[in-house]
Amino acid sequence: MSPSHRHAGQKAAAPPGRTIGVGTVVFALIAVVSIAAASFFSVRAAGTDDDLRSNLTYIAPAGVGGGWDSFAREGQQAMRSEGIVNNVQVVNIPGAGGTIGLSNFVTKSGQANTIMATGAAMTGGIATNDSQYTLEDVRPIARIAEDYNAFIVKADAPWNTMEEFVEAWKADPKGMVWTGGSVGSIDHLVIAQLAIDVGIDPKDLTFIPKAGGGESVQSLMAGTADIAVTGFNEVGDQIDAGRVKGLAITAPERFDDYPDLPTFKDLGYAVNLVNWRGIVAAPGVSDEEFASLEQIVTESRDSASWKDSLERNRWEDSFLTGPELIDFIREDQTKARELMKELGL
Amino acid sequence: MEALSLLMEGFAHAFTPMNLVFVLVGCLLGTAVGVLPGLGSSMAVALLLPMTFALDPTAAFIMFAGVYFGGLFGDSTMAILMNTPGQASAIASTFEGHKMARAGRAPQALATAAIGAFIGGMVSCVLVVFLAPALADLSANFGPAEYFALALFAFVATSSVVADDVLKGLLALVLGLGIATVGIDSVSGAERFSLGVPQLFDGVSLVTVTVALLALGEVFHVASRIRRDPAARSIPSAGRPFLSGAEFREALPAWLRGTGIGLPFGVVPVGGADVPTFIAYGVEKNLDKRRTTPMFGKGAIRGLAAPEAAGNATTGTAMGALLALGLPVSATAAIMLAAFQQYGLQPGPLLFERAPDLVWGLLASFFIAMIVLLVLNLPFAPLWAKLLLIPKPYLFGGIAVFCGLGVYATSASTFDLFLLTGLGFLGFLMRRYAVPLAPLLIGMVLGPLAETSLRDALMSSGGDYSVFVDSGITIAVYVLLALAIGISIVGRARAARAEKTAAGSAVEHEEVPAGR
Repeated sequence: MSPSHRHAGQKAAAPPGRTIGVGTVVFALIAVVSIAAASFFSVRAAGTDDDLRSNLTYIAPAGVGGGWDSFAREGQQAMRSEGIVNNVQVVNIPGAGGTIGLSNFVTKSGQANTIMATGAAMTGGIATNDSQYTLEDVRPIARIAEDYNAFIVKADAPWNTMEEFVEAWKADPKGMVWTGGSVGSIDHLVIAQLAIDVGIDPKDLTFIPKAGGGESVQSLMAGTADIAVTGFNEVGDQIDAGRVKGLAITAPERFDDYPDLPTFKDLGYAVNLVNWRGIVAAPGVSDEEFASLEQIVTESRDSASWKDSLERNRWEDSFLTGPELIDFIREDQTKARELMKELGL
Repeated sequence: MEALSLLMEGFAHAFTPMNLVFVLVGCLLGTAVGVLPGLGSSMAVALLLPMTFALDPTAAFIMFAGVYFGGLFGDSTMAILMNTPGQASAIASTFEGHKMARAGRAPQALATAAIGAFIGGMVSCVLVVFLAPALADLSANFGPAEYFALALFAFVATSSVVADDVLKGLLALVLGLGIATVGIDSVSGAERFSLGVPQLFDGVSLVTVTVALLALGEVFHVASRIRRDPAARSIPSAGRPFLSGAEFREALPAWLRGTGIGLPFGVVPVGGADVPTFIAYGVEKNLDKRRTTPMFGKGAIRGLAAPEAAGNATTGTAMGALLALGLPVSATAAIMLAAFQQYGLQPGPLLFERAPDLVWGLLASFFIAMIVLLVLNLPFAPLWAKLLLIPKPYLFGGIAVFCGLGVYATSASTFDLFLLTGLGFLGFLMRRYAVPLAPLLIGMVLGPLAETSLRDALMSSGGDYSVFVDSGITIAVYVLLALAIGISIVGRARAARAEKTAAGSAVEHEEVPAGR
C-alpha cells in the first residue's frame, strides 16, 4: 500500500492551476494501477509461506488479562522473539465464554493470516451458550499446553485428604459448598466428574461461581465455601504460605516440587478433564496454507522463549496435531456437553 | 519500625532517574486517559501490558501504579467541567462538582478534587505500608452476608438522590437494576433479557452505560438546545484559581470523612471505587441538611470533596489487597495481577518475602506518584477550566467522538456503539423529562452486588436466612442502618410539625425527601 501513499505526496506537491486537470487524471491512473497491483500481489501472496511469516493476527477470544489473553501474548512473544513471524498482533474479542470470538472468527473464511486461541473453556462456553458455531467449524492447528486444577480447602479444615472430604460430601451432598470459576467452566466440570464417580447426583451440587482463583481462596477464608477448585498456578503460593491445603490435582502425574500432593489417578478417581489450550485456523484455508501455519506453530512451540513461558505459567507441554487432535477435540466437546447435561444446565 | 526501614529502601530503589521517568510517564498517561470519557485506567494498563516483555518488573509496575493513580485523579476533570465522568468512580463527583463549575467555580472544583484525591490516596498508602499483612485478616471477615449488609447500607445512604422526585427516582433506579441483570446469570446459567443476542450474554458494561447516559446524553441535550437558549453559553470561570482559606476549611472535614469511608472498601471486592463514592456523597448530603444554610444543589464543595477522597482512598488499600492477598479488587488490579504473572510472580502472602525489592519499590512509588500527580494537577486546574471556553459545537462534537472511541476501544465491537447510541438517546430523554440519572447508575453498581451476595450467602448456608445476622459486622451495619433511618424519620417528622403540614403521610417513606 505504500506506493499509493507516495503518489499522494507527489500530488500534493504538484503546482496549482491549469495543470490540476491533467495532474488529477495522471494521479488517478497511477493510483488505480498501483492499488490494483498491490491488491493483486497481496491476494496472490496471502497463500505463500513468506507472507504468513511476515504478518499474523492472533485472536484472543477473552478480555485483556484473561487466560487466553496471556496464552496468546506468550505465543506472540515466542513467534516474534525467535523471528518465526515478523509481526504478530493480538486482538482481544471477549465475551460469552469465547463464543463471540469464535463466531467472529468463522466469518474470516479463507484468511490464513488470522489464527485464534482456543481450549477447554471454549468447549464449555459452546455448551453453555448454545453457540451456533462449534470447533467443527474451524480448522484446529495444534493443542499446545495444558494446565491442571487443584482441589483446595482452608488450612484448618477438618479434612486432610480427598477421601476424607468425599466421605463427608457423600453424607451431605447439598450441604458441602464448592467454589471455582464460572458455571460450565473446567473447574465446574471436574467437580461434576468427581460427583458422578463417587455416586453423587451432580444436580445436587452447590457451586458458587467466582471470577478467578484469588476470589475463590477468599471465599474459603471467609468460610463461604468449604472447598475450591481452581487452576493450580493460581494457588500454588497460597499452599506454600499455608493458607490453604491441597487435597488433589487433576494432573496425570505428581508435580516434582509437590511430591505430597496426590493426583486423582493415584487416588483412583475417574477425574480426567484438563484445561487444554490450543490454536485454530479459519475455515476455508487451503491445505498449503494450513501446512505453513502448522509449521509456524510447531517452530514457536519448540522455541526457547516458549519453554520459558511454560515454566513461568506452570503449563505442561501437550503438543498434539493432525487427526488425533480432531478426535481429541471431538471427544472433549462430547464430554463437556454430557457433563453439562448431568449438571442440569 | 521494620516497615519504615523497608520503605526507605524502597524509596532508594524507586529514586533512580529511570524509575522517576517511568512514574512521570505513567502519571501523565493515566491523567490523559482518565480525562477522556470511557477510557479508564484499566484500559491504559491493559494497553501497556505488552510493555512487561521489554521492561524490568520494578520499572513496569512503577509505571502501572502511575497510570492507576493518574486515572483516578484525571477522571474527575471532565466530570466537573462537562458532566461527563471519565470512569464510574467519578460519577458521584459530577453531582455537585458540575454545579460548582456552572456557578463559575470550575478551578476551585478541580483543585478540591485534586486535593481530595491526594489526601485519600496518601492516607490509604500509609495504611498499606504498615498494615498490609493485617489486611488479610480483615478481608477474611467479609463473606457474602457482610457484602449484602453493605449493599443495603449503600442503597439507603444514597436514597437521598432518589428523594427529590420519588416516583421518577424509583423509575430510574429500577431501570438501572434491570439493565444490570441483562446477560447470562452467573449461578444458574439462565439468560436474562438478552433477547438471544450473543453480544448481550455478558451483560451491558457499566462503562458503556455511564458514558452513554452522562456524556452522550449531555451531548444530545446540548445539541437539542443549542439554538434555543443562547444564554446558556460557556460560563466564565471567575475568581482566583485556587481555594481560599475558608473554602479549604469547608472542604477539610469532608475530605477526611470521605477518606474514612473509602479505606475499608479497597480490601473488599464490592465494586471497587464506585460504591464508597456514592456512600460518601450520601453521607455529606445528609449532614448538609442539618446545617443552617444547606449548600447541596448549588455546588457544595463538600459534595465533591468527600467522594473524591473516598474514591482514591480505595486505591492504596486495593493495591495492598492485590499484593498481600492476590485479590484483584478492581478491573485495573486484575490486569496488574496478569502483569505480575507475566513475570512469573504470584501476588499473595509470599510476595513480600520473595520479591521484597519489587514490593517496597512499588509502595514507595505510590507516594512519589501521588506527589507528582498533585503537582501536575493543581497548576493545571485553571488551564483545564479554559476548556469551557471552546465553542460548544466543537467541544461537544469532540466529546461525542471520544465517547465512541472509548467504548469501542474496550471491546472492539460495533454492537457496543449501537448500544451507546441507544442508551445515549435514553439519557437525552431522561434529561428532557427531568428523570434523575444518578439512581440508575447506583442501581447498576449496587444491584449485582446485592444480588450475588444475597444468593451466595443463602447457597452457603443451605437456605438458612439467619446467616444474615450471624456475625458482628452484619449486626453492626444493620443497627447503623436502623439508626440512620430512625434519625431521618424523626428529623422529617419534626420538620413537618414545625411547618405545620400534615405529618402522617411522608413518615411512611424510607426515602426522606430533601428538606424543603
